[in-house]
Amino acid sequence: MGEVQFKSVRKEFGGVRVIHDLDLSVPEGSFTVLVGPSGCGKSTILRLLAGLEDVSSGSIAIDGTDVTYKEPSERGIAMVFQSYALYPHMTVAENIGFGLTLAKRPKAEIKSRVEEAAKILQLEELLDRKPKQLSGGQRQRVAIGRAITRNPKVFLFDEPLSNLDASLRTQMRVELAELHAKIGATMIYVTHDQVEAMTMADRIVVLNAGKIEQVGPPMELYGSPATVFVAGFIGAPKMNLFEGSLAEQNDCETFGIRPEHISISADAGDWQCRLRHVEHLGSDTIAYVDSDDYGPITVRAPGSYSISSGDTVYLSPQREFEHRFRNRQRI
Amino acid sequence: MPRHRIAGIALRYVLLAWIALVFVFPIVFMIVSSLKPDLQLLRDSGSLRAFLPVGDLSFGNYAAAFERAPIARFVFNSVFITGATLVWSLLLCSLAAFSFVFLEWKGRTIVLSVILATFIVPFETIAIPLLLIVNNLPWIGIDGFKIGWLNSYHVQIIPWIADALTIFLFVQYFKDLPRDLVEAARVDGATWLQVYRRVIIPLSGPVLATAAILKFLAMYNNQFIWPIIVVQEETYRPIMVGLMYFFQLNTAWGEIMAYLTIITVPVLAFYLALQKAFIASIASTGIKG
Repeated sequence: MGEVQFKSVRKEFGGVRVIHDLDLSVPEGSFTVLVGPSGCGKSTILRLLAGLEDVSSGSIAIDGTDVTYKEPSERGIAMVFQSYALYPHMTVAENIGFGLTLAKRPKAEIKSRVEEAAKILQLEELLDRKPKQLSGGQRQRVAIGRAITRNPKVFLFDEPLSNLDASLRTQMRVELAELHAKIGATMIYVTHDQVEAMTMADRIVVLNAGKIEQVGPPMELYGSPATVFVAGFIGAPKMNLFEGSLAEQNDCETFGIRPEHISISADAGDWQCRLRHVEHLGSDTIAYVDSDDYGPITVRAPGSYSISSGDTVYLSPQREFEHRFRNRQRI
Repeated sequence: MPRHRIAGIALRYVLLAWIALVFVFPIVFMIVSSLKPDLQLLRDSGSLRAFLPVGDLSFGNYAAAFERAPIARFVFNSVFITGATLVWSLLLCSLAAFSFVFLEWKGRTIVLSVILATFIVPFETIAIPLLLIVNNLPWIGIDGFKIGWLNSYHVQIIPWIADALTIFLFVQYFKDLPRDLVEAARVDGATWLQVYRRVIIPLSGPVLATAAILKFLAMYNNQFIWPIIVVQEETYRPIMVGLMYFFQLNTAWGEIMAYLTIITVPVLAFYLALQKAFIASIASTGIKG
């Protein structure tokens, strides 16, 4: 239950095309994350699937049924909004059960399904409260609860964690992943945060300017990015990308190497550089160095590594982890 | 507290008290005068005594006023006409605004601009065309079918239900409501009418209060020219037209004051009932701006 197919989907706003012939298939039961920078069209894709926007051309199918022109409520989807979109005048229980109330389900069924959702999300104590009496994390859970009671084929999440503080975000990330494991429904999740994408997804779709750059499991995108854009977008700190002499030496147009795949030494190495700035994160040390030949380079060293700004250091890229691109594509 | 701050606060209160007095004086004058015989009323009006309940006070003017005009009938007519217009206006204008803000249909911006443009048309310019229209409209009532709406309640209600100001108030308020709520309700399976009734209207308390007060005042206070044109029978006359009963050969000022005092009561009662919500809505729009 819950396979999603986009076929040649286009979306234009006032003559400006924001989605270009999107072909994408989301396997049932997967946790698929759409990730990309602001304005890449990821939220639009989600809203097209939800039925909150009309496609300009193409078709969308859920479980083989064409839903392109169906009402949002008839598509078997549930959506969690960035703003949570809880109804301020309703209690938590009324919020969670609103869809069932509209569907005119019996009171007893609504009550039991609301309680069931509340139990999964640990909201039992809060059912009589109004949204404004809840913390950000609790509101988020209510929004998810509202989605769960609809018993949808596909859950849609539109940047649901971006209004939470950092520690709560990490916690909710784990909770969402566990929820997915528990209920097993297809989940499509939109974010601009590649860390969220890497940690939660079993499939990532990287988008740029309304087009898909690459689709695959997180480690595949990390290990062999198909384009320069994916190489630069996935992974933190960003991959070092070089054009010019270093790329020419390696017989390509763009040469890439991740910060964690460069060894740093105070004594000897391939590239002599000067240390500009150091960030000690505890577990890691991030070194920003300048090379006279190749420009700025970022290196990730062990947390115990002790260096200070202004030092001369030597870098050695680990050749087995290098990435080479021509015409922005991997070779 | 430093002395200059106390002085500042004192000054502010004196100023506010003065402004309040300026606004209250006419009402005090009206109420006090309604209790005085005409001769004393005219004599006092040249001095501060005009605002003081002194001299020969009685409710004689009220008794005389009730004798001169069917006041109870007029008050009922006005409250009924105003109330009916108010309820329909809030319902239809909010639905119109809902459509302008949340539904996507071609030409809605143009239609809204045309509606807002009617702001600048004074009623006097359309009074006669409107009269010709209502005079030829059909109506089915308890007494059967007839052509022409003259001499009725509905001729004083229906033309006033839709108005640009009320629609505009709702449009502005709805625009500021989070769109996500509407979309969430759509995903939850709400029809557009359910979105309106179960999500938008429950969140529209402040604008409903504002629109209700403005509409009430406009309807109750301005029922004059139009009723004079379309209503000849006393049965359907509103209070403002009733005022003419008192400007006959010899104007009875005391009775006029008594009449005015009586007809002010419904307005004050309505305003006081909704005052809190009205002020809240003004305060909240202030913060948003």
